[in-house]
Amino acid sequence: MTLATIQDAPPAAVSGGPDDAVLIVDHLTMRFGGLTAVGDVSFKVGRGDITALIGPNGAGKTTVFNCITGFYKPTEGMIRLRQADGATYMLERLPGHDVNRVARVARTFQNIRLFPQMTVLENLLVAMHKPLMRASGFSLAGILGLSGYRKAEAAAIDKAAAWIARIGLTHRADEPAGDLPYGDQRRLEIARAMCTDPVLLCLDEPAAGLNPRESGELNTLLRLIRDEFDTSVLLIEHDMSVVMKISDRIVVLDYGIKIADGTPEQIRTDTRVIAAYLGVDDEEVAAVEAEVGLTGASA
Amino acid sequence: MEFFAQQFINGLTLGSIYGLIALGYTMVFGIIGMVNFAHGDVFMLSSFIALICFLILTTWLGLTSVALVFLIVLILAMVLTALWGWAIERVAYRPLRGSFRLAPLISAIGVSIFLSNFVQVVQGARNKPVPPLVREVFVLFQNEQYTVTLSYKQAIIMTTTAALLAGFWYLVQRTSFGRAQRACEQDRRMAALLGINVDRTISLTFVLGAALAAVAGTLYLLYYGVVSFSDGFVPGVKAFTAAVLGGIGSLPGAVLGGLIIGLIETFWSAYFSIEYKDVAAFLILIVVLIFKPSGILGRPEVEKV
Amino acid sequence: MAQGSTIGQVAPTVAPRSTAALPALLKDAALFALVTLGLAIPVVAYRTDLGQGTGLVLTGRWGLVASLCLAIFVLRLAQRLVLAEVSRRRDARILAGVAAPPVAVRPARILGPLTLAIALTLPFLAAFGSGGLSEGRYWIDLGILILTYVMLGWGLNIVVGLAGLLDLGYVAFYAVGAYSYALLSTVFGLSFWICLPLSGLFAAAFGILLGFPVLRLRGDYLAIVTLAFGEIIRLVLINWTDFSGGSAGVSSIPRVNFFGVPFAAGEGGFAALFGLSFNPMHRVVFLYYLILVLALITNLVTLRMRRLPLGRAWEALREDEIACRSLGIDTTITKLTAFALGAMFAGFAGSFFAVRQGFVSPESFNFLESAIILAIVVLGGMGSQIGVAIAAIAMVGAPELLRNLGFLRAVFGEGFDPNEYRLLLFGLAMVGMMVWRPRGLISERTPSVRLAGRKS
Repeated sequence: MTLATIQDAPPAAVSGGPDDAVLIVDHLTMRFGGLTAVGDVSFKVGRGDITALIGPNGAGKTTVFNCITGFYKPTEGMIRLRQADGATYMLERLPGHDVNRVARVARTFQNIRLFPQMTVLENLLVAMHKPLMRASGFSLAGILGLSGYRKAEAAAIDKAAAWIARIGLTHRADEPAGDLPYGDQRRLEIARAMCTDPVLLCLDEPAAGLNPRESGELNTLLRLIRDEFDTSVLLIEHDMSVVMKISDRIVVLDYGIKIADGTPEQIRTDTRVIAAYLGVDDEEVAAVEAEVGLTGASA
Repeated sequence: MEFFAQQFINGLTLGSIYGLIALGYTMVFGIIGMVNFAHGDVFMLSSFIALICFLILTTWLGLTSVALVFLIVLILAMVLTALWGWAIERVAYRPLRGSFRLAPLISAIGVSIFLSNFVQVVQGARNKPVPPLVREVFVLFQNEQYTVTLSYKQAIIMTTTAALLAGFWYLVQRTSFGRAQRACEQDRRMAALLGINVDRTISLTFVLGAALAAVAGTLYLLYYGVVSFSDGFVPGVKAFTAAVLGGIGSLPGAVLGGLIIGLIETFWSAYFSIEYKDVAAFLILIVVLIFKPSGILGRPEVEKV
Repeated sequence: MAQGSTIGQVAPTVAPRSTAALPALLKDAALFALVTLGLAIPVVAYRTDLGQGTGLVLTGRWGLVASLCLAIFVLRLAQRLVLAEVSRRRDARILAGVAAPPVAVRPARILGPLTLAIALTLPFLAAFGSGGLSEGRYWIDLGILILTYVMLGWGLNIVVGLAGLLDLGYVAFYAVGAYSYALLSTVFGLSFWICLPLSGLFAAAFGILLGFPVLRLRGDYLAIVTLAFGEIIRLVLINWTDFSGGSAGVSSIPRVNFFGVPFAAGEGGFAALFGLSFNPMHRVVFLYYLILVLALITNLVTLRMRRLPLGRAWEALREDEIACRSLGIDTTITKLTAFALGAMFAGFAGSFFAVRQGFVSPESFNFLESAIILAIVVLGGMGSQIGVAIAAIAMVGAPELLRNLGFLRAVFGEGFDPNEYRLLLFGLAMVGMMVWRPRGLISERTPSVRLAGRKS
């Protein structure tokens, strides 16, 4: 298709991690002027897994996200995405919008980015831009009102309606998205990303600012995505209870460097993680050790 | 060579005026991130204020000392234009903070249309000429074919600009207002949390910008000896071009950009074609914005996701 | 730089919570009057005029300044009193637990068909009202003028209202359309009906040419660049005399014909063909319906586009460009389509302008023209079709009508011409709209598609 497509992917330079990886981040480095935000980070996201990217504030998590989703061009390194049929894309070489359009990586944002004046339904239809554009003959057939487009639009609306039902917003489907409460907006943003049929869904702090009930609804939605769709999930999260409960694998960054990578159990007992993630304040360490269920272990 | 030298002097004079206007654009952009589209018309208005003050002083009060008249006119124009700058910010821009993206710009276009037509209504549409205030010239160089001169006017313009820039530089770099202003540029919310009166700082920025535009307006009147209600638009766009060229948000950049635009315009008119001199300025604007929107001295913008 | 990026989050303008005491209000209004005095001191108080000889003469006008200050004082006082009353009532309502009163009937429902009905029958109304087709000419000409601006407003609405791209050089595309017809017809002798689509295509091509490099720029830079482009087009038209005739423009542009049949007296003319007696007004009425049809096409295409994925992508782009990119939408191409489509309609309108006037010159295409069209879109409420139409009627039609009202002259003196104040009021209205009703007079957005009531 383009330079960015390689049918026979070279053997992964990243050792360890899941065998069937959907995303392989390989020696990723991102510098802004003199500041190295991300230094030589490598990790994999397993197909069908929920992988969490954690780390203290300023650890470079969102920068990694922005590199993966095409908003930043990495200074060095490769980011490869392998679809189920074996097609591989070099994400760092794709133009921004093609990361979603061609490689099918979708994302949400730390500070929700919906189309606030458009309705819930319209928000989801915008996400189905690519198939609908094709069906409308790039607007030419659509403007003449040909029936092919009408069928495609009806199908798109059905799909959107199904997602609206999944996130429990059917009764508010025709209201502006900006009028929804915060938690609903978060789930709508995830549903919108899912409407692009992604192979990889990247969520930037999906639980931030949610109350316990909304947090529970979010967990249900994420499990549903993992169990019923062929979508792997990569998420940034601060809320350890969410991370430990739903992740299959956790990658820990600190000062732009990967310091640990493993299952929740492995991370739970990793002393470097505890030291780095929590600082060195003993009281805080003890508090969070208790929270992650690790009592009695010491550095 | 002589011709070149003469054009260089002319270009620097024009560039000083552009630079003074450009400072107003760049300061406002730095602090609230908006293009103050009406700034060119504030400049034009200040020229009218200077004109009327000048007429009152010379024809009614019969002042004859050129230096005294110039000084009084300059100060009056600065004060009265600053009041306009303050009022415009208060009425047309302040209520729009937190409104949608294009609102301040549309409001500024409204102010621009209002100002130029306001002046047309109250002062009439015809050009307003004033008798030349100073005619003397320094002869810098002379041979049989050519004389390179620096007129007193040009000398006044350059020294006034330089002196005001020095004072202005001191204000921004060394005073508490300057610190507050730079803090607001970096992070308005944090500045407010640290007890800086953000509203007042923004107001003062507009006041300063308008006062500098008034200096430019007075000098413009002195240099060309004529002003009309439509004179805000083209110099406004050129000064904006200067601000962008120098790197919008950067104060030395604005002056540098002004000088470069003044020189380019003068040389373009002298060596190529005078008809297309405005086209040249507009083209520079487009080319700079497309290829180097951060300008010469500006910092590149990192997109926040 | 903290800024809310959406229209939905507009902060309410300052409304005092408690009813302020009268002395405080008086003091506030007096302060306003004082500032007005300061602002008015040189420019209003003294008018400069060319006297005999070369010098300027000053005329004092302190009476005007005083009445201005008084007017501001009264207006401010009234505004504060009204504001206080409004907020008092709102607070009372909130305390009483009563919901906000239901929004009044959506005006678009009635206004739209009504305006359309008047537009369709205007030539007849004018003829009956004035007692003859020729006598009604003034009204039909006014209708043509307004409809031209309605069409331009609708065209720009695609760019500004739907896609959220502030285009300050829209008039450049209007100029491209006008000169396309003017030059193609006078130099190559092409007919209007061939030139009309060509003009649109040329304008769209210019739109793409300009849009491709500049549409990546952030909002306000884009505005300035389009402004510069508009000025370049005008300056080139003025200076490239061999091509465009310079400031003298192009004259004797062929007039419109009835799809090949000329509006002429005698054999083979329009009147003879249809068995009517010849009347020069036939051409004017035809022009009226031509611009009406062109404007309605613009409207229909816009309404259709809103329901298509591309139109939805435009609106999404206006709301959040970064989110669009994350959903796989090519933002540059999407903006370009809006820009080109808007330019195309300006091109059509331009060639209509040329065929109607029979003469074009660069002065018809200055920045002010762009600003007027933008003001129409802004005041109409960006994105609202009927709002734009009403704003065009109010801003273009009203000053024309006021000019002919005798009593205004009686009040303001013989030399009073409302047109002088038109732009002044445009400017004030633009500021006022942004401050009080940033989403326009008619601001309700209709969803392009609804889930409720759909058969599944």
